[in-house]
Amino acid sequence: MTKRLTLAATALSLALGTGAMAQDEPLKIGFVYSSLIGDAGWTFMHDQGRLMLEEEFGDAIETAYVESIDGGADAERVIRQFVAQDFDLIFGTSFNHMNPMAKVAAQNPDIAFEHATGYTQADNLAIYHTRAYDSRYLVGMVAGAMGDSMGVVASYPIPEVLRGINAMTLGAREVNPDFTTKVVWISTWFDPGAERTAADAMLDQGVDVLAHFTDSPAVVQAAEDRGKFVVALGDMSQYGETAHLTALDYNWGPYYVERTRAVLDGTWETDNTWEGIAADLMTIAPFADSVPEDVREMVMVRKEEIRSGAFHPFQGPLVKQDGSIAVAEGEIPDDGMLLSMDFYVEGVEGSLP
Amino acid sequence: MIDGALIVAMLVAAMRTATPLIFAALGELIVEKAGCVNLGVEGMMLVGAVTGFAVGYTTGNFALAFAVGAIAGAVLSMIYGVLVLHLHVNQYAAGLALTIVGGGASAFWGQAWQGLNMRGMGPLEIPGLSALPTLGDLFSRLDAMVYLALLAAAAIAYVLTRTRLGLIIRAVGENHDSAHALGVSVIGVRYGAIAFGGAMAGIGGAYLSCVMTPLWIEGMTAGRGWIAVALVVFATWRPARLVLGAWLFGLVTIMQLHGQGFGLAVPSQILAMLPYLVTILVLVLISRDATRIRLNAPGSLGKPFQPTA
Repeated sequence: MTKRLTLAATALSLALGTGAMAQDEPLKIGFVYSSLIGDAGWTFMHDQGRLMLEEEFGDAIETAYVESIDGGADAERVIRQFVAQDFDLIFGTSFNHMNPMAKVAAQNPDIAFEHATGYTQADNLAIYHTRAYDSRYLVGMVAGAMGDSMGVVASYPIPEVLRGINAMTLGAREVNPDFTTKVVWISTWFDPGAERTAADAMLDQGVDVLAHFTDSPAVVQAAEDRGKFVVALGDMSQYGETAHLTALDYNWGPYYVERTRAVLDGTWETDNTWEGIAADLMTIAPFADSVPEDVREMVMVRKEEIRSGAFHPFQGPLVKQDGSIAVAEGEIPDDGMLLSMDFYVEGVEGSLP
Repeated sequence: MIDGALIVAMLVAAMRTATPLIFAALGELIVEKAGCVNLGVEGMMLVGAVTGFAVGYTTGNFALAFAVGAIAGAVLSMIYGVLVLHLHVNQYAAGLALTIVGGGASAFWGQAWQGLNMRGMGPLEIPGLSALPTLGDLFSRLDAMVYLALLAAAAIAYVLTRTRLGLIIRAVGENHDSAHALGVSVIGVRYGAIAFGGAMAGIGGAYLSCVMTPLWIEGMTAGRGWIAVALVVFATWRPARLVLGAWLFGLVTIMQLHGQGFGLAVPSQILAMLPYLVTILVLVLISRDATRIRLNAPGSLGKPFQPTA
């Protein structure tokens, strides 16, 4: 209900446009979403961040969003519309919004732009993304405690996804040293039918826990149907009451609050943010009832160690699939190595495509 | 590592993958047999998927869900019908437009249904069959729509080749002027065929949202409508080949997923291409006689019909 109300309020504020409040105008913040808030995944998590902003700053700000904007001309049109309506801070939440946003940003140096997951930075265009592997490690621990093998429905073999597969496997093997991971690549981020079929195939091959990098809840449904487990991408517990052990969750709110405060204070400047649990940008969803108390505790202890820097998911010794050492004992990999990760760790079966 | 149970599981998954393709492609086959190419299958499937899910979710009655999905697909197809049959719009352009309209309309109507979870339609228990050793496991895991797709293929093959209605449909597709001269209502027959095609595409879409992945998400057909259109051509407009092609496609899809799961040392991109390559290759091989393809292809396919006198 509140969401509906906010929607109405933001629609109204959009309609009123500029000059509705001559004095002490609230800071106007626009969000461009790639899908619908109701997708239960990526966009939903960004919108939770937007709602946190409203709660934090109340009347000092005004937010608006546009859903289902994939990229290209549509994105550019929406961003230009925000600019024309005197928005002060504009967030693009999908990789595909990068180029249109960079284009509009170059023409509007006085407006602050922020882009998630991209790599183009400018004086008024900051970029931000998350160390999802922090949370992947933790959900992997849960998987290792609840089963002996994992089947991963994966999209494309890019470093982001490989970091996730490796982190989950490392987490699982910390708890369960014989744990193995199977990976099936389906070459898409979104195809519920293919996601489901790939999940079913791995369940038929006998895996205990599923994990996925794809957008739809089809993998969660597969686990629920077959009485197996899943660690999901975003809280999808509504699709798997008993199967959904936990999920990695993105927590954009604290970042949005920090950046908004910077604009309000006049201290905003461009930045390149890559943070995880330490900055509260990543977290994990609530545990299923079936996850035992000692496992929860162990995972939460690790979470605090990751936060404090006492533990790094990829700290040495990090052993590759072929037995060679990627990170020596006592060392922590640098960001360059993480950003270009192109190997499987020990415990992952099959070869990289 | 591969035993009877796994093979059964692969067959079940293959048939489930093939079923929405069979429905949608059979519908398109009739449309093309009547002389029209409707590239809007993807859009009609999406509309069938969203309405099917909505009805399945609210009533729990899947027969009704499929019926409503079929009606929705047929209603949407009428846009194409009017454009093509009355306004003589280019058929390919009208079909593409239908795909876009269907995608947008389903996304719009589907907003309220997005993010809801439902228990999908379960398998059909056939007394006797399920008791068979190993194979019984296969039959006990298939749903009614898998069988219905086969019945539909058989019925369509029969109607097209053995009945007066089939003769009329083929006559209209083969040479609409002659059919018109013989007193057949070309426009009427084509409206019927297009509506049938829409209904079948709607059922195919509803299969996705009610059986395969019981949920609604914008764009969830993810290109299956296009595969269906391609299947019709590669099956050289024959229902039996179409079913074989769809099964083959499903089987190779499942086998490549299992191959990856078993850690087969073949690049996954090549494995992902396999279903398409194998299906095309086999269908090309079984129909490599070019003359016979031309004989199978409806003569008036894609041509606008201007009734004379």
